[in-house]
Amino acid sequence: MSAVSEPMSPRQRATWAVILGVCIILIVIRCFIGEGMGKVYVEPTNLQFGELSADTWKSMDQSEFATFVASNPDAATEQWTQYDSVPPSAYFEQQQQGGGGSIFLSWPRTIGLWLAAFFTLAIYSFLYRDNPFYKFAESVVVGVSAAYAMVVGFWDTIVPNLIQRLLPQFAHDHLTPGMTLPTDAAQFNNLIFLLPLALGIMLLCRLVPKGAWMSLWPLAFIVGTMAGLRIVGYTEGDLLSQVRDTISPVYVPGADTSTPFMAVWTTIWSSVAACLLVIGVLCCLVYFFFSVEHKGAVGGVARVGIWYLMITFGAAFGFTVMGRIALLAARFEFLFDDWLWLIDPNQKRALVETVSMLMCL
Amino acid sequence: MQILTRFIPLLITGIAGLVMIISAFIPYTSEWGQKAGQFFNILAAFAFVLGGGNLLKVHLKKISDQSVGWGYSGVVLICFIATLFVGLFKIGAYPNPNFPNVPFSGETQGTGSWFWWAYEYVFKPLTATMFSILAFYVASAAFRAFRAKNFEAILLLGTAFIILLGSVSAGVFVTNWIPNDGPFGDLRLENLRIYIMQVFNTAGTRAIMIGIALGIASTSLKIMLGIDRSFLGSGD
Repeated sequence: MSAVSEPMSPRQRATWAVILGVCIILIVIRCFIGEGMGKVYVEPTNLQFGELSADTWKSMDQSEFATFVASNPDAATEQWTQYDSVPPSAYFEQQQQGGGGSIFLSWPRTIGLWLAAFFTLAIYSFLYRDNPFYKFAESVVVGVSAAYAMVVGFWDTIVPNLIQRLLPQFAHDHLTPGMTLPTDAAQFNNLIFLLPLALGIMLLCRLVPKGAWMSLWPLAFIVGTMAGLRIVGYTEGDLLSQVRDTISPVYVPGADTSTPFMAVWTTIWSSVAACLLVIGVLCCLVYFFFSVEHKGAVGGVARVGIWYLMITFGAAFGFTVMGRIALLAARFEFLFDDWLWLIDPNQKRALVETVSMLMCL
Repeated sequence: MQILTRFIPLLITGIAGLVMIISAFIPYTSEWGQKAGQFFNILAAFAFVLGGGNLLKVHLKKISDQSVGWGYSGVVLICFIATLFVGLFKIGAYPNPNFPNVPFSGETQGTGSWFWWAYEYVFKPLTATMFSILAFYVASAAFRAFRAKNFEAILLLGTAFIILLGSVSAGVFVTNWIPNDGPFGDLRLENLRIYIMQVFNTAGTRAIMIGIALGIASTSLKIMLGIDRSFLGSGD
């Protein structure tokens, strides 16, 4: 993350001011046209639960819950309200029918939507040049993604693999009540999981300068396990399977047998393709074999290998560009559909609303 | 000290690697491999904690030194701590409907939780935009670097062109006049794209995969046998 950037020239400052000013004016205008923009609506759902017996709960509707409470005053109950996002069209429909429905504007989600739009624009602002908005967004992504990985690692790995095994009763009571409690014998066997706990703590010693050497042990375990796993996995999954798939008949009967000519033609094409495939793999492997100098016949074969590799890289480039463009289109769709409400490809709002909006603009 | 920092780590590496290999060949020992895999996953999760700790250390130092851009370090720390807090304590997450009396039983990323909010409105748009911005750089770099100077470059450019054009409706329109079920149907751009992918691209990718597999196998062996010790550092 670069914290220092070249100072802006007066002209660049003016450019920025104009861009920001125009954007803010357009957004303000857009907010007052039609139903506005960038709003998220939610519909509340009340959930009620009653405990029928120990650890057995039942979800109930309003009337059933009232009856249950009346007939079992000492029984444990739980209830909360869950808010689910609904398309704006549902809210518009509710308002057209005189209002009074349960759907309402969610401020936290609306603020979140505007924040997402701000972050999207802040990242794109880097296309012009490095700037404080981009640096702010960059800092946010670093902080949030590091915490995200830690949280997911804790709840998805540490809890089920470590806490459930070493502290099963605690995990059952407070974290994962659906788990099956182990038998005494199984619990004794689980004590082996003290080993990764100790190694994990040793790994954290890397943060302490004097204890950094202790982190070498868990590091060695990680590297060793990964090395063993990779040898088997890659040899079986990549090396052997790819070699096996390459050693296949080069005579391939054609799929189209509608006429004798097409049968012969497609057979020729399919067989040529099979030959080209085998030749390609061999030529590329010869190119990768650097123990022999690429001269004469070997050089010729290696050159054909380069041609194949160039086609592979071209295809990879094409697919990369397509993937990135698809992501770009998705971000623009977010900006123009979810935030600005200028397009409505998924019919989330009334079509009339969108058309009138475009006409107003 | 050499024993603690060199001998024992190398021994652990060798034994851990050997256990994983043996467990793949001897069914009786397959459980060892599973256990080692679980240990590995736990340590990987601890590595995330180490990463978080390191992030705190680096940015706290920047703030403490008030070095250039320390304000952004503050933003990093605030976002990190806030997301960590709402995620670890499942703030706003609904409990599991089967166990409504256990607050932590719900999904971490369940809709409506604060962690879900951070993921949906901060993490997801930021990372998606970061990746999408590469579209501009790829296009810009391609424009500057790609020159059809020789046969290899022409192959690369031509393939990328066919792949891109064959994937969109414009490409289909260009070669629409070639009958699809005729003898030259494979020359239609969308079919040519498939042919390139199935033959030339498969051949190249297959050779690369074989090369990678051989490279990984040999590197892993070197690590397990203690020939490659670079992961242990210089020992200083």
